[in-house]
Formats: sequence, structure tokens, C-alpha cells
Amino acid sequence: MTRLPLSLLVGGAITAAYLAAALTSRVWTPADPTAMNIARRLAPPGEAGFLGTDQIGRDVASILMAGAWTSLGIAAVAVALGAALGTAAGLAAAAMGGRAERAVMSLNAVMFAFPPILSAILLGALLGPGGGTAILAIGLFMIPVFARIARGAALPVWARDYVAAARMAGKGRARITLEHVLPNISGQIVVQLAIQTGLAILAEAGLSFLGMGVPPPSPSWGRMLSEAQTWIGTAPHLVLAPGLAIAGAVLGLNLLGDGLRDLTDPRRDHSA
Amino acid sequence: MPVPPFRTALSLAVLSAACALPAAGFAGIDDNTVAFVQSVEPAGLDPTVSSPVAAGQVTWQNVFEGLVTIDRNGEIVPQLATGWEVSQDGRQITFALREGVSFHDGTPFDAEVAKFSLERILAEDSTNGQKALYTVIERVEAPDAGTLVLTLSRPSSDLLYWLGFPAAVIVAPDTADTNATDPVGTGPFRVAEWRKGDRVVMTRAEDYWGEAAPLDGITARFISDPQAQAAALKSGEVDVIAELGAAELFAQFENDPAYTARVGTGEMEVVAGMNNARAPFDDIRVRQALQMAIDRAQVIEAVKSGFGTPIGSHFSPASPYYVDLTDLFPYDPEAARALLDEAGLGDGLEFTFKVPNRPYAERTAEIMQAFFAQIGVTARIESSDFPAAWIQEVFTDTDYDMTIIGHAEPLDIGIYARDPYYFNYDSPEFDAAMEAVATAATPEARADAYADAQRILARDVPALYLYSDPKLGVWDARLEGVWADGPVPANDMTDLRWTR
Amino acid sequence: MRRLKRIGRRLGGLAAVLTLASVVIFALIEAAPGDPALIMLGTGAQPDTLAALRAELGLDRPLALRYLDWIGGVLRGDLGMSYTYGTPVAELIVQRLAVTLPLTALATALAVAISLPLGTWAAHRPGGGVDGLATVFAQAGIAVPNFWIGLLLILGVALGLGAFPTGGFPGWDAGAGTAIHALVLPALALAIPQAAVLTRVTRAAVIEIASEDFIRTARAKGLTRGQALWRHTMPNALLPVVTMLGLQIPFLISGAVLVETVFNLPGIGTLAYNALAQRDLIVVQNVVLFFAVIVLASNAAVDALYAVLDPRLRGRR
Repeated sequence: MTRLPLSLLVGGAITAAYLAAALTSRVWTPADPTAMNIARRLAPPGEAGFLGTDQIGRDVASILMAGAWTSLGIAAVAVALGAALGTAAGLAAAAMGGRAERAVMSLNAVMFAFPPILSAILLGALLGPGGGTAILAIGLFMIPVFARIARGAALPVWARDYVAAARMAGKGRARITLEHVLPNISGQIVVQLAIQTGLAILAEAGLSFLGMGVPPPSPSWGRMLSEAQTWIGTAPHLVLAPGLAIAGAVLGLNLLGDGLRDLTDPRRDHSA
Repeated sequence: MPVPPFRTALSLAVLSAACALPAAGFAGIDDNTVAFVQSVEPAGLDPTVSSPVAAGQVTWQNVFEGLVTIDRNGEIVPQLATGWEVSQDGRQITFALREGVSFHDGTPFDAEVAKFSLERILAEDSTNGQKALYTVIERVEAPDAGTLVLTLSRPSSDLLYWLGFPAAVIVAPDTADTNATDPVGTGPFRVAEWRKGDRVVMTRAEDYWGEAAPLDGITARFISDPQAQAAALKSGEVDVIAELGAAELFAQFENDPAYTARVGTGEMEVVAGMNNARAPFDDIRVRQALQMAIDRAQVIEAVKSGFGTPIGSHFSPASPYYVDLTDLFPYDPEAARALLDEAGLGDGLEFTFKVPNRPYAERTAEIMQAFFAQIGVTARIESSDFPAAWIQEVFTDTDYDMTIIGHAEPLDIGIYARDPYYFNYDSPEFDAAMEAVATAATPEARADAYADAQRILARDVPALYLYSDPKLGVWDARLEGVWADGPVPANDMTDLRWTR
Repeated sequence: MRRLKRIGRRLGGLAAVLTLASVVIFALIEAAPGDPALIMLGTGAQPDTLAALRAELGLDRPLALRYLDWIGGVLRGDLGMSYTYGTPVAELIVQRLAVTLPLTALATALAVAISLPLGTWAAHRPGGGVDGLATVFAQAGIAVPNFWIGLLLILGVALGLGAFPTGGFPGWDAGAGTAIHALVLPALALAIPQAAVLTRVTRAAVIEIASEDFIRTARAKGLTRGQALWRHTMPNALLPVVTMLGLQIPFLISGAVLVETVFNLPGIGTLAYNALAQRDLIVVQNVVLFFAVIVLASNAAVDALYAVLDPRLRGRR
């Protein structure tokens, strides 16, 4: 009987709550997140809706809920993209070695040389702002991250005796990768999935803040913050609410990731 | 200059204690200088090349002057020309030039210099973005040092007005090519330093031909974020915001006696242009219906905190030729639906709304989207990176259904007669009205022609006419002489003075 | 000799990566829609005016030639002239670095000043009160977007207390004190997430090293806990901290773009952002390449530092 790590429970609960909010927002929100009411604009929390209204009188709580769908959705798809490609590249590098490995790793180095937000802005200029651009930009940046982790985790597996035995038995590299390496590293990949999704939410918020995210009226936490800037003195709830929403989501995913790490690899110190 | 990082960190506590004092190094009343906010940093400081609006907002009148100029009331007044005569047939303008004027580097101003300046605008390799306004000039002659004669290809009632604009300031042959980075003009200030991305510092030019400016120096500070503009004014870092970027920040200054807050008239018209060549916008009924779907007052309330005037055509209420046409297609969702029905689109209509990623445009578009939804019209907002991608997609390729943009140039109704132009609007009736404007012999005839042009646009609705932006100016209450209205996009600081 | 060879190979690899990066940068920027000449001249410009300006800027030359012009110039130390400002790009970058460099340096110093003591103290008694606080700080600090911290600092400290400016940069001529004063809040916004990461790393490193044999031996020889910490644990724990500092540089640069925007600072991040909006292609190319050089160089430096500082690794690489 193993005790579940506290961080796993707390992180899992927070993440589940966000997921629930995102999914629920597809069918129900306290108010229509796009319905404006100019007469009731900039109402403070409690006065109209429990988080108040924004600059055109929309219900902030409802926009935040709907924004969870946008942020989580973009982050999840981007990370899935990056994880799939990156893990594949990392596994291939580890399996093939030699020149192929060097080629994969230098391509990795090239991608790694671009600071994330800057490359996203460049892509935004090329493809135009929007959800697809955000996914692509964040996903691309995730590729080298997963490639490095997958390769790093896969190399020791290749050195193990039973892999050598499998090779001697005539199994191909692809088969060994699928049968032995991938199952062995999946725990580390899952941990990274959680943590990188948190980072992707931060990145999406940053892009939307710079006007490179999903276009209006799709709610987005980052754009809410960018719009709230001029009301910072008069309606601080517009600055506080989306920021807390972002921080909560990332915190939940990070805790979840830490918890998963403790679970899959109990020897490691949980904060390493 | 940078302090070693560790010492910096350790001395933070000391610093934060010292910081409650008003920041030193900011100018103002004490050294008889003024710092003003300019939201867009110009590409170069020469208003006769490249981005003329932003360059003019820094250097027009302060550093560079024209043959004539536009005063704070929008009137044409003499400057480097002392007077002019227009020939009977309207095809010749003879300027008498001012004597004893010289540039900051000592180069004397005369008819040859003026001739050079105008011919430079018209030259084949000219990079003056406003060249089109001056191509009516056929020939420039300088019969003697004090006289300049312009021969026009046809009479033009607008040319004198445009000669007063930043794009037609007078420059000297030797320094013309370097004016963008090192401007040499005839104005009361000269540029001392341009710290890119931050500020342009100007100091009083000694030996100015006219009355010396009351201020010793002026500084343009480039601050694009409205919140930062307001904060800079409050901290004393700047003294004047001629045009506050966000209306919602204006109220805090209105009741504060330390500041003068003025709602001036501006020339900006915000319009939602449609691709008139593309179905269904080629149907006038669709365009009219969409115009009736929008409650302009609500838009202004939400986007501009109520500061703004609804418009019914492409003219700002600031103009003396303005006709109020907002009643022609007022907010009426029922009538809008009926008209769409008539156009065969009763089941609804869906199009993409290409919106520049600028706050005013995004906010306005979002509200319009909600209004369209009320009549069963779905506008899919697509962000467009402004200016680069927007200019390419909308302006150059005209690959769009509907867009939205603020037109800042004064008297620019003629754009609807241009071919090509992004509206793809083609109306011989409108072209004739613009021709009547150009050839009008009397001010009354000109006003009538402008009124006709406005009515045609209001009826045809090539673009949805939304609102005109006021010029929300805020400045230190001890300052006198700031332009409240904006007949020209400019920051003319030549007449400012500190009182008290 | 082998070492020289290894360094040579490493440098060759760096050059190859940089060359590839420069091609990617150039291609990305060139492929983006938008004509610099049209943006500069505005929508009133006529075709002949546009053509004249394009010729003046050299935009009518073939792509491959323009790429070679650029790279050839960079190799000679000439970064070209900005289209919009009409001044040398190198000059622009240096001007803007005068803001961004002190900003990031101050942020790093703040992050280190917060995280080293906090992480070490937390490691002193794992599971204790300070450790709990450090863990909360580390988790929260990583989760908050730095631009939001910037907004909160503006809201609370600048607007609320009036102790710091809400943005803008007075320039170094206004005096170092005034200039640094304007950088304090943005540096803090940039520093908090960094400090959170570093606190975690410091804490873990100190715990790990404190349990190693040589520290136990040192304690057994009679060194106090504090002496052992200073003489043996800290020098060894610094290695992972410095590594993390190096690896965080891309994020520091990314963060600077956002934080400079929030605080309206004329730094290199806003230069890149605005130049891209204006399609001042040559400036964007150079700035992005500059960032790539910094990132690659810092990674290489971290590796080199490892080789020098950690004798255990010498044989292995």
C-alpha cells in the first residue's frame, strides 16, 4: 500500500477542477460570456456576477470559465504535438546513434536557440495571430524539450542487459524502442506532460497578452490582462482575476507533475 | 554606467527609501522646457519622406516650416511665404517669399531652395508618401530670389491647404538627404538628440527669423501605452499629452486642478470598410442593413467611455464642411432584418471581419459582432497583425470581407475616388463630386461639393461609418498655448509658455 | 591536445547551428507578409514612390544576395542600417542593451539574492517552517506569469504607494540612481519566477550534497555545520545553480520582451517587437540572431563550466 503524495492529490484536484470548468463552459456558464451590457460595465465583484463585469459589461466569471477552455485547449494540443514529435525524435536519436543522433540533436540545438516568445512572435508575423499560430509556436518550442528528455531517459535503457539480450535475439531497433524503451521512459514523459502543459499555459497567456493569441470574442486569459491594463487604476478586479486563474492552473499542473514524479520514481527527491 | 549587479541588489533598500522624492532629472517649469507625449515613434524625423504623420508630429512647426502653414483653427496662414496670388484661371500661384530666413546650419532660404523642396516631392525617385497630393503641380519656377511660381495642370482648391502640411515643409538641398536622422530646418527649435525608442530632444534655435519661442527646449517622449502616458504625466516626467490614448483614463484629470483637460476636435474617423466588389457587400441593401444594425452611441460608450461623435459619412465634425448624416441609417435592427430579407439573406449571413490587433479596433469589432448577431449576421473576427499584415492583406491584396480602421488624415474623403483603394468602391457620381471639389471656384461651391460627396457616401455605405475620435488632451495647468484641437496631426510647441 | 580538438569541434558545431539558425531567421522574416516600404510610406503612397524607396533600401535585390549581404556584413562586424530609423543597427542594439542588460542583470542579482539564502535555509531543516515557506514560494513563483507580476507591482507599489514609476526609462544621463530606480519594479517582475526556480534547485542541491560522504567526513573532523556549509557544501551546490541560471537565459530574454512591454522600457525586447511590426527586417534579423548567439553561448559556457568545476565529469565527456 503506497501513500499517494500530497502534491499529487492537491495538483490533481486543482487540475480536475479546471478541466471541469473548461468542459462545463461548453454547455453552461453563469452568464453568456460574450453578452455585453454597457450600462453595467466595470462593475466590481459582487455587484454584478460574483467576479464583476469587464469593460463592456460581460460577466468576468463566465469569461474566465470559457477562457479555461481556450487556454487549456491550446496548451494541451500544443504539448501533445510537441511531446509526440519530440519524444519520437529523442527515441529515434537514442536508437540510431551516430550521425543520425548528431543530426537530430543539432536540429534540436537550432530550435533551442530561439527564445520561446520571440520565435512565437516571428511565427505570428508569418501566419497571422490566432489559435493555430499559438499552438504551432508553443508546440514547436516543446519539441526540443521532449526530444532531450526522451533521449536522456532512453540512453540508459539501451545500456541494460535485457535490451542487449533482445538485440542478440535479433529484434530490430524499432521493436526494441516500442517494446522496452518507451514503456520504461513513459513515466518521465507523463511527468513532463503535466509540467510542460503548465508552461504552455503561461506561454499562451504571454502571446495573447501581446495580441498574438486567439482573436476576440473567444475569451482568453492573456488578452483579458492586456485589455485590463488601462483600467488598472479603476477596475483592479480585471487585472487580478485572470492572473489568478492562470497562476492556479499552472500551479495545479506543476503539483500534479511533481506528484507523478514522486509516484513513478520514489527514490528521487521530490524537489529536484 | 551600469553598477555592478551585486552592489545594486544590496543598495536596494537605500534606493527605495530615496525614491519617494520626486524623480530628479525631469525637466519642466524649472528649466523652462516642456516634454510632450508622442505615442508613435517616427521612422525618421523628416516629414517629407516615409511615415509622414509621426515625423510631422515631432518636427512639424517645431523644426521644419512650410511656405504656408495651418494654424490651430485650421486656417491657412503665411509662413516662409509672406503672401500669394492665384491667377484668374486658377492654374498659377505666385508666392512672395520671406527675406532673411536661414536654416539652422546657416544656409539662407530663397526661391531656389523652395523650388528644390517642391521638385524633390515630385521627382521620379521621390520617397514622399504624400506625393499624390502635390502631383497637380506641373512646373515650379523661381524667377527671382523672392518669388516662386507654381503652374498647375488644373485648378486645385486644395493645393494651398496641402502645402501647409508636414509633407511639404521646406528643406535645404545640402541637408535634404540627412534630415531623417539629423534634421536641419528653419523652425524655432533644432534637434539636439534622438534617443531611439525613447525621446527626441529639441533646443531653441538662436537666430530664428521670427519671434523666438518662449520655451528653452522641448522633448518628444515616445510612450505608446496609454496607462504609461497618464502615469508619466502624473509623475511629472512629461508635461503635455496632446492626445491621450485611452478615453477611460481621461476622467481622472478632469477634476484635478493641477491639469488642464480638454476635449478637442480631432480628424480621426473610425470606419468599418467593406469589400464592395465582393458578394454580398456588392449589394447596397446589405451594406445599408449592416449600418442600421449598429448602435453607434453604445459603441462610443463602450470603446471611448462616451468621448466621441457618431458619424454618418466619411467626415469629421471638426471640419467646417461637415454635414450630420447619422439620421439616414439610424440604429434599427428591425429595418435591418427586413432589408437583409429583401436582399435574399433572410436566413442569415456569415463573413470574416479582419481586425487589426489594436485595442480600439478589437474592442469596436467585438461590440459590432454582438450587434450583427442581433440581426442574424455572423461576423467571424480574424486578427490581423497591424500594420504589416493588415496593409498587405486588406490594402494591397484587398483580400477581405470587412475590416475596421481609423482614418487620421484630414479631408481624406477623396480616398473613395481612388482606384484602386481597399473599399473597391466605384461610383462615377462620387468621382464627379470630388472633381467639383477640386475645381470649385468659390468657398461656397467647395462646401456644397463636399456636402454632396458626404451624402453620396452616406447613402451608398461603402464602409460602415462609426464614430469620430475626439482629441483628448491633458497637460500641466501652468502651461499656456497648447493646441486643444487637432486640425493637423501635430504637436506644435512653438507658442507654449509656463505661467506662474 | 585532445582538449583543443574537442573545443574545436564544439566551436565548429556552434558555427553550424548558428548558420542554420540564421537561414531559418532570414526565411521566416522574409516570408512574413508586409512590405517595409509600404509600411514606411503609409497607405497614401503611389507605386512609383514605393518602387523608389524599395530600390533605396535594396529590397529589389534577389533574396539569396540579400541573405549573403546580411551574413557577410555580420561577419565583418557591420550589421547594416535600420530601414525605419536610418541609423546603424549595431548602434540601435547597443542603445537598447543599455536598458536590457542592466534590467536582466538586476533581475538575476535579485533572483540570486532571494533564492540562495532561502534555498539554503530551507535545506537546513527539510520539512521545517522555512522549508514550507520556500516550497510555497517556489511553486507559486513558477506558476505566475511575469507580466502579471509586473501589473501587480504597478497596481500595488507604483500606483498604490507611489514609490516607483509605473514605467518608462529616464535614461542613464538622468543619473544612475534615477535610472536604476526605474528598473527596480520590472527587474523584480522578471526576478520572481527566476528566484522560484533557483530556490528549488538550491534547496535540492544543498540537501543532496550535505548527505554526501565528504561532507560527513568534514563534519566528523570537527567542522561545525556552518563551516561545513560554507567551505564544502556551498561551492559544490553552486554548480547546479549556475547551470540553471544558464539554462534560464532564453526564458529571461522572453520574459524581458513581455516585461519591457508592460513597463514601457526602450529595451531590446521592445526593439525586436516594434521592428517586426514595422517590418524593419534587418533589425529583426540581427536582434534574433543576437539572441540566438547569446543562448548558444550561454549553453556552451555552462558546459564548459561543468568541465572545469566538476572533476567527476572530466573523464566522462
